[in-house]
Amino acid sequence: MTTLEKAKKGEVAVRGLSKSFALKGQPLAVLRDLNLNIRAGESLAIVGPSGCGKTTLLRVLAGLEAPDSGEVLIDGAKVGGVGRERAIIFQEPRLLPWLNVLRNVGFGLEMRGLPRDRAEAHARRYIRLVGLAEFEEAYPRQLSGGMAQRVGIARALTVQPEILLLDEPLGALDAMTKLTMQEELARIWREEQVTLILVTHDLEEAIFLADRVLVLPKEKGAVPRLINVELPRPRDRNDTVFVAMRRQLMAEFGLH
Amino acid sequence: MTFQTIDPPLRLPALPVLSSRAGALARAGLKRFGLLGGFLLFWQVAATNGWINPTIFPPLDTIIAALWNSLTSGAYMDDIAISLQRAGLAYGAAILLGIPLGLFMGQIKPLEQALDPILQFFRQTSALALYPVFILLLGLGEASKVFVIFWATLFPILLATIGGVKEVDRKLVEMAQTFGAARLTIFRRIILPASVPAIFVGLRLSATTALLLLIAAEMIGANKGLGFQVMNAQYNFQIPQMFAAIILLALFGLAANALLVALQRRLCRWSELAR
Repeated sequence: MTTLEKAKKGEVAVRGLSKSFALKGQPLAVLRDLNLNIRAGESLAIVGPSGCGKTTLLRVLAGLEAPDSGEVLIDGAKVGGVGRERAIIFQEPRLLPWLNVLRNVGFGLEMRGLPRDRAEAHARRYIRLVGLAEFEEAYPRQLSGGMAQRVGIARALTVQPEILLLDEPLGALDAMTKLTMQEELARIWREEQVTLILVTHDLEEAIFLADRVLVLPKEKGAVPRLINVELPRPRDRNDTVFVAMRRQLMAEFGLH
Repeated sequence: MTFQTIDPPLRLPALPVLSSRAGALARAGLKRFGLLGGFLLFWQVAATNGWINPTIFPPLDTIIAALWNSLTSGAYMDDIAISLQRAGLAYGAAILLGIPLGLFMGQIKPLEQALDPILQFFRQTSALALYPVFILLLGLGEASKVFVIFWATLFPILLATIGGVKEVDRKLVEMAQTFGAARLTIFRRIILPASVPAIFVGLRLSATTALLLLIAAEMIGANKGLGFQVMNAQYNFQIPQMFAAIILLALFGLAANALLVALQRRLCRWSELAR
């Protein structure tokens, strides 16, 4: 697969998507008639207060949940479940405690039918990419939170997805590890040329990583908004435009 | 590596200061087995001095001599063989039925929910209380003995396996699903390895139960076996022989547990790893 071919793929279209949950017998609409186009290779962040449906949207995109109505198209094809062109990184690393780092990273490829030795050969490349080459033989219990999350990221990258779906991937990490990991995600996105869809509640993280930020409202009837982040990369958190942008986005949520 | 102690360590004044590695090992051994050693010493001294009735509690050297005699003369060989056969058959059958059934039931929720009340009821029913029923059904021979042990060992294994499967982190299963794993693959690669530690809890519990039930079954209507020998020695007032058989049984229990622990260490090293 050439880079050119790959760069063209990974386009996501959301058409009239609605999803509601039953809460105490009452249906609660979390997503209502959402329309969205995500370009191939774009980096989109989804932010919003808790309960706004951002994780639900990501799970529908992942194919882990079916929408009540509407559809999701990936490269023009309708989504009906999980697919090979997508990989998900969860908030928790979700590593298998009985496998070492190398086998955990190769696990995704093994699930897709590759023999173990070939899966591990691919895995090694991505273990290096996330900077864990020395820890190939370590078991998850021996890793710190940040290292474990990097293993999870490497596992998702190893299957070479066109679309990388991230559900608050850095939410559980400490502040310092988080900053490092944001830099790493920016680098990985640039190097791997994937479509990146990131759910986060960290507004700075959204501005740092995304081309566009989708703001989902909590109030019923309010419409989701898309904000363009037109900042040069690599981005500097202390840049005046960056800071102004963060302030503007925080104001959206009533924070100052 | 050096350890710095903040509080001065407690030391018995009579003991010489032990600082070498061998000394540390001896101290650890003393901590762990000192009380047991003291108890055995007390038994020996009390029995030889007549503080306790030596006809009921013979001195340890007499018991050990009796144990040695019966082992070297081969007097207990038949009993050991038949006892191991009974317990082994029953335990093996309980494993062969309990683990697969538990793995299956743990995954099918309606089945598990429907069978759980029955299982709980059976588990609470003492296998010994059911022994007369088994004797009525299977006669007083080997079949009823093996079956009562099987019955008692089946439930801990079955329930532990079901519990283990139910406790498997659904998030790991979901993770595998996102990579397109099929149901059978998820079972083989996630559910089975994740359940192994819980299964071992059941296996170890059942091993103890197997020996317990073995003795009880051999005390009723048997003419061979270690349980029979304990009973028989008591009837004939061969008290050292009785204690010899009891010690032998205890050693079997320890050996079975040690074997299972070793196997568990091998299979689930990951669950013990710490940072």
